[in-house]
Amino acid sequence: MLAEDAVQETLLAAVESAARFSGKSSLRTWLTGILKHKIIDQLRRTSREQPLATAGDERTEAEIIDGLFARDGHWHNFPGDWGNPDTAFENSRFWTALELCTQRLPPRTARVFMMREIMEMPNEEICQELNITATNCWVMLHRARLTLRECLDQQWFGKTT
Amino acid sequence: MVRKNHLMMLNCKETAEMLSQGQDRPLTTVESLRVRLHLLLCRGCRGFSRQLDFMRAALRRYRDSD
Repeated sequence: MLAEDAVQETLLAAVESAARFSGKSSLRTWLTGILKHKIIDQLRRTSREQPLATAGDERTEAEIIDGLFARDGHWHNFPGDWGNPDTAFENSRFWTALELCTQRLPPRTARVFMMREIMEMPNEEICQELNITATNCWVMLHRARLTLRECLDQQWFGKTT
Repeated sequence: MVRKNHLMMLNCKETAEMLSQGQDRPLTTVESLRVRLHLLLCRGCRGFSRQLDFMRAALRRYRDSD
């Protein structure tokens, strides 16, 4: 949903600023640049609109993570071998699973994770933007990765073994 | 939370946290040493470490392919 809106706004912005396009960068780079700004704009807007909406989400995530480790800190189930990434990347079902799993992340976690992994924003920028501490940011990113990992393991890799 | 001044081995939960942070900031020499020591002895955390790289590669590929 978020991405679709951003794409629409990108196209609009692209048409509006077509006159300013100098041709120095490739069309793709130019459009990607606009899209990134649009996505960041949207993330900012969303984070203002629902800043505290997620206590429930976070509890669920914390439970998921606690469930992954025994009391002594050992994995309940060792993360397995996902094999060669290129093999998975060639299969369209993998991308469907990835999409499904990222959509399942709680909104606040998804936002931080997207800023980090898709926008490649440095941690300090994410902290500033969302007004959270560096530690808070790392914890959320870690939760996002563990949650995504679990989901991919079930949705994609579980089926192939 | 990872106990920073602890001389004992990191456990898996702490190692996973360090590996994840390693994707977002450079680990200190001591942190990195402790993580590597744990990885040497733990197949599960080696798997997790590879999965982190896998997910990052997948998300970048996903982003760049549209």
